[in-house]
Amino acid sequence: MDILLLLIPLSVVLILFIGAGFWWSVKSGQFDDLEGPAHRILADDDKPAAVDEQNSAPTALTSVNLRDADKR
Amino acid sequence: MGFVWFVAGHPETGLRSTGGRTRTHIAPGGPCALGQQYFERGATTMGAETRTAGGVAGMFNYTVVRQFAIMTVVWGIVGMLVGVIIAAQLLWPDLVLWDGIPWLSYGRLRPLHTNAVIFAFGGSALFATSYYVVQRTCQVRLFSGPLAAFTFWGWQVVIVLAAITLPLGITTSKEYAELEWPIDILITLVWVSYAIVFFGTIAMRKTPHIYVANWFFGAFILTVALLHLVNSAAIPVTFWKSYSAYAGAQDAMVQWWYGHNAVGFFLTAGFLGMMYYFVPKQAGRPVYSYRLSVVHFWALIFTYMWAGPHHLHYTALPDWTQSLGMVFSLILLAPSWGGMINGIMTLSGAWHKLRDDPILKFLIVSLSFYGMSTFEGPMMSIKTVNALSHYTDWTVGHVHSGALGWVAFITIGSMYYLIPRMFGKTEMWSIRLITLHFWIATIGVVLYIAAMWIAGVMQGLMWRALNADGTLTYAFVEGVKATYPFYAIRLLGGFLFFGGMLIMAWNTIKTVAGGKAEDAPIPAIVPAHA
Repeated sequence: MDILLLLIPLSVVLILFIGAGFWWSVKSGQFDDLEGPAHRILADDDKPAAVDEQNSAPTALTSVNLRDADKR
Repeated sequence: MGFVWFVAGHPETGLRSTGGRTRTHIAPGGPCALGQQYFERGATTMGAETRTAGGVAGMFNYTVVRQFAIMTVVWGIVGMLVGVIIAAQLLWPDLVLWDGIPWLSYGRLRPLHTNAVIFAFGGSALFATSYYVVQRTCQVRLFSGPLAAFTFWGWQVVIVLAAITLPLGITTSKEYAELEWPIDILITLVWVSYAIVFFGTIAMRKTPHIYVANWFFGAFILTVALLHLVNSAAIPVTFWKSYSAYAGAQDAMVQWWYGHNAVGFFLTAGFLGMMYYFVPKQAGRPVYSYRLSVVHFWALIFTYMWAGPHHLHYTALPDWTQSLGMVFSLILLAPSWGGMINGIMTLSGAWHKLRDDPILKFLIVSLSFYGMSTFEGPMMSIKTVNALSHYTDWTVGHVHSGALGWVAFITIGSMYYLIPRMFGKTEMWSIRLITLHFWIATIGVVLYIAAMWIAGVMQGLMWRALNADGTLTYAFVEGVKATYPFYAIRLLGGFLFFGGMLIMAWNTIKTVAGGKAEDAPIPAIVPAHA
C-alpha cells in the first residue's frame, strides 16, 4: 500500500497547518470574546432597504442617492 | 425562461444599476479588475464620508448570491428529477420510455443524479450562502466582482458539461469524481477563484472577529481543493479519456479518502457554515453556545481526514487501515453531535417559534437528520455492523437521510431566508406554500429512508442466511424480488420530495416576479461602546 506513504504524510502536514491556524486564531484574539460574535450577527439588519424606508427612517440613504453621492 | 432572465440580469435594476455604479469609478481605459479594485477603495473612502451623513459604506455584491440562489432551485429540480427517474428504472427496468436507449440507462443517469444534486444543487447553495454570509459577517463587499462572476458562470459550465458527458458515457468511473480531465481542470480554475474571492473578502473584513460560519466555509473550500487535486490526478490519453494516476487497491484508497472527505467537507462542513448563520438569524436568537461552535469546528477538522477506509471494509485494503477508518469514524460522533445539539438548542426557550415558522421547521428538522445520520454513519462503520449493511440499500438509505434530510433541508430553509432578501422582499410570496413544502418533503424523506432501511437489513440477512449444510439459503435474485415493494415506496418518497421542490420553484417565481433585484447597502461601522 504505497499510497499510504502519500496519504498519511499528507494528513500529518495538514494537521500541522490546522494546528498553525488554531495557534494563529488563539494568538490573534479570535477567541477572546466568545459571547459577542453570536449576538453581533443578529445586530446586522439584513432586511431589504425598501422595507426600511416604509417602516421608519426617511433619512436612510438608498441606493439611488448613494449613486448620486458617487457622482459628486 | 423567467429564471434565465433573472440570472442574466434584471433589465431595469440588477446588473445594470451595479454596472452603472461601477462605471463611475473605472478610470478611462482601465482594465476591469482595476476598476473593481478602484471601486472597493472608492467605497471605503466614501464610507468614511457618508458615515456622518447617513450610515452607508458602499454596496454588498448581491448579484452573484442571487444568481447562485436561483440556480440552487433550478438544479435541485433537475437533480431530483433524475433521481426519481432512476428510482423508477429500478422498479420498471424495461419501461418503453428508456428501454434500449443507452444514454438513459441507469448506469449513466445515476452519476448524473449524484453530480447534479451534490455539485449543482448543493454546490450552488454553498456558493450563494458563503458569498452572502462572508459579506454580511465581514461587513464588506465581496472581493473582486469579476472573479466572483467567473465562479458563477464557470460552475454553471461545469454542470452543463457534466449533464452532457455523463449520459454519453464519458466518465472516469470514480464515484463522485466521474468528470473527465478537461472538466476537472475547469473545476480547479473555478475553485481557486472561489478561494481567492472568499479569503480575499475575509482579508478585507471590517470586523476583527471571523464569525464561526466563515471558518466552516473556509475549511470546506480549502479541503475540497486538496481532495480534488489528489483524487483527480490522471493521465489523459484523448480529450475525453484518461486513466487514474493510481491503480487497484491504491486507487480505491485514494478514491474513498476523497469520497468520504467530500462527504465531510462538501456535504458537512460547508452546510454547517450555513447552519451557524441561518439558524440563529431565522430564530432571531444567538447560537446556543458560541464556545461550543468553536470547539465543534476545530474538533471536526482535526479528526475528519481518516474516516474514508470504512468504505472499504473486508476488501484488499490492509486490515489495520480498515480499523483505522472505523476508529476515526466513531470519534466523529462526538463533534457531530456537539454541533447538532448546539444548533437545535439555539431554539431553547423559544420552541413556540417552531409552531408557526416553516423555515425554522426546515432548519431544525435538518439538524435532527444531521444527528440521525451522524449517529448511523459511525455505527455502520463498525466492521461487524458493516458486514451486514455493506452493498445493501441500507447504505442508500443512510446517504439519503444525510442528503435529503440534512443537506437539502438546511439548503431549502436557508434559501427561503435568502431568496426574498435578494429581491427586496422580507419574506417569500407564500408562507403557507413553505409549510406545505415542509410536510410533503418530510413525508417523502421518511418514506424513502424507512423503505431503504427495511430493504437493506432484509437484503443483508438474506445474503448471509445459510442452510444446515452450509449452502446459501437464498439466491441473489430472491433478495431482489423481496426488495421490489420497497423500491415502490422509495419511488413514492422521492417523488414527494421532488414535488416539494416544484412548490418551492413556484413560490420562488412568484417572489421574484414582484421583486427588484438590487444590491443592499453596507451599513457603516458603528463604533463599539466600551
